[in-house]
Amino acid sequence: MQVVAFICAVLVITPLLLVFYHLTKLGFSSINLAFFTQLPRAVGETGGGMGNAIVGTFILLVEAAVIGVPIGVLGGVFLSEYAAVSVSWWVRFGADILNGVPSIVWGLVVYALVVVPMHGYSALAGGIVLGLMMVPMVMRATEEVLHLVPGGYREASLALGISKWRTILQIVVRTALRGIVTGVLLALARVAGETAPLLFTAFGNPYWPRNLTQPVAALPLQIFDYAYSPYDDWRRQAWAGALVLLLLVLFINISVRVLTRERWGAKP
Amino acid sequence: MNTAETIITRATPGAGRTVIGVSRFGDRAFEWLTLLMAFSIFVLIALIGFELFRGATPAIRKFGWHFLVSGTWNPVDGVFSALPFIFGTLVTSAIALLLAVPLSIATAIFLTELAPLWLRQPLIIFIELLAAIPSVILGFWGSYVMVPWLHIHIYPLLRSTLGFLPFFQGQDSGPCILSAGVILAIMVIPIITSVSREILRSVPGLQREAAYALGATRWEVTRIAVLSYAKRGLFGAVILGLGRALGETMAVTMLIGNVPYIGLSVFKPGQTLASVIANEFTEAITRLHTSALFEVGLVLLGVTLVVNALARLLLITFAGPSVKPQN
Repeated sequence: MQVVAFICAVLVITPLLLVFYHLTKLGFSSINLAFFTQLPRAVGETGGGMGNAIVGTFILLVEAAVIGVPIGVLGGVFLSEYAAVSVSWWVRFGADILNGVPSIVWGLVVYALVVVPMHGYSALAGGIVLGLMMVPMVMRATEEVLHLVPGGYREASLALGISKWRTILQIVVRTALRGIVTGVLLALARVAGETAPLLFTAFGNPYWPRNLTQPVAALPLQIFDYAYSPYDDWRRQAWAGALVLLLLVLFINISVRVLTRERWGAKP
Repeated sequence: MNTAETIITRATPGAGRTVIGVSRFGDRAFEWLTLLMAFSIFVLIALIGFELFRGATPAIRKFGWHFLVSGTWNPVDGVFSALPFIFGTLVTSAIALLLAVPLSIATAIFLTELAPLWLRQPLIIFIELLAAIPSVILGFWGSYVMVPWLHIHIYPLLRSTLGFLPFFQGQDSGPCILSAGVILAIMVIPIITSVSREILRSVPGLQREAAYALGATRWEVTRIAVLSYAKRGLFGAVILGLGRALGETMAVTMLIGNVPYIGLSVFKPGQTLASVIANEFTEAITRLHTSALFEVGLVLLGVTLVVNALARLLLITFAGPSVKPQN
């Protein structure tokens, strides 16, 4: 039995290693300055890069954070500090439902809400869908971290005459800040890799982003487009793009682990 | 007082509470602000339901129940039915679970019972990193590395040894239902493994000790004392993985071949609820086509919600609210 279980464990981590290996092998050579700074060239020409997709992803993530972080963190504060048990149960239940909504369904909803009234795809719509997806993730993570702050901190602060809202903001949230940042970063890493909701909100764009009301390129979208294309040069760049995206996502995930390690040191 | 009244009274800031500290306005304003932010959850749920229904209404009016059962998806003639996609979704998810569940549970057992301590944390980190890989990257890798390998080495083997079964008949061109099932398995393994691990860890040590005391071998202890005890929780972990598999879009779209198909061979290309939306939405010209895709989204949402609710119910009744599925 031991052998079987060990083999299964090896089989389970093999895909990660293989993905990393193949992405590096096929994509590393294509990562150069041009990749980060240039626009895609016309079909048939070699060279060019995915600069617009990288900037686009960055813009979308900033938008998503602007929407997701305030709503998520403040909502988490409500769940942890103010809400009665019955209320918080329902809100938590709702957040779990939202977390289970497939990302492509989010895309459909924001298409109907933003793209249709605006008569066009836009970076705004892309940022909105990613931000809304972040809200339940950040809310749950914030609530959990705030629960870990010892009640004594709150009581001491209130006993000193500090008003409740100040106590929460300056004592409780500040104590939990590292955990909240962790939650936000993890949520950002999740939405950074999302392609499906962007298919009909941000839509993609071969030029530099100029305007939030225009369609915008994004790294996962561009990878998807190029991967399917029949052109060798585009596929080569797609490998490079995939490597960059994977490194970004893994980097965030690993840094989050490092940030939380010294604090919580849980047994495996 | 009924539940609604209780909730409203309790949720109203300042109701029946003594205010400590000077800033009464600040306190109430902040409390209302956070309450609004938290209740945005309900607004979002309502929005999702509302927009999907609104978008799907023309198709619902035209097709009614037939949308779920009639079996033809033909955008050219304006005949739409989600049946091929429901079929594709169920079959790919079933294949994914068939492949993933034994591997995941064995790995979870390995991690909780058998692995040396120094190996556990790195393995856990690896598995959680696997969960973090974006779907489009797995789809890309799957398309260009995994599928050709399967097509050349594994599928002919399956066809020659198991070809008498209707599942393995027919030629494939690489992207097919089975390929999509395999990549889905890779995607749900981390979830099932990590939740199973939590479940197995929460089995009380006394169970194992009692089994050992009765003279059980190591495998018997694991099988009888741990696995049987944890059955319901493990089932919940599997259902959670199923929920993830149902909503998965990009990797499946890139590996499934994108042809509406109902039949027994897993070597044929297919289509799932999520992949048809991803493929056809931006190219849908007629209002009916778009509306039919919204209805597909509605079906997908309904199925995913039910499955996720079932999973959570199982997990909560087994282990209490302490077992948190990692989203």
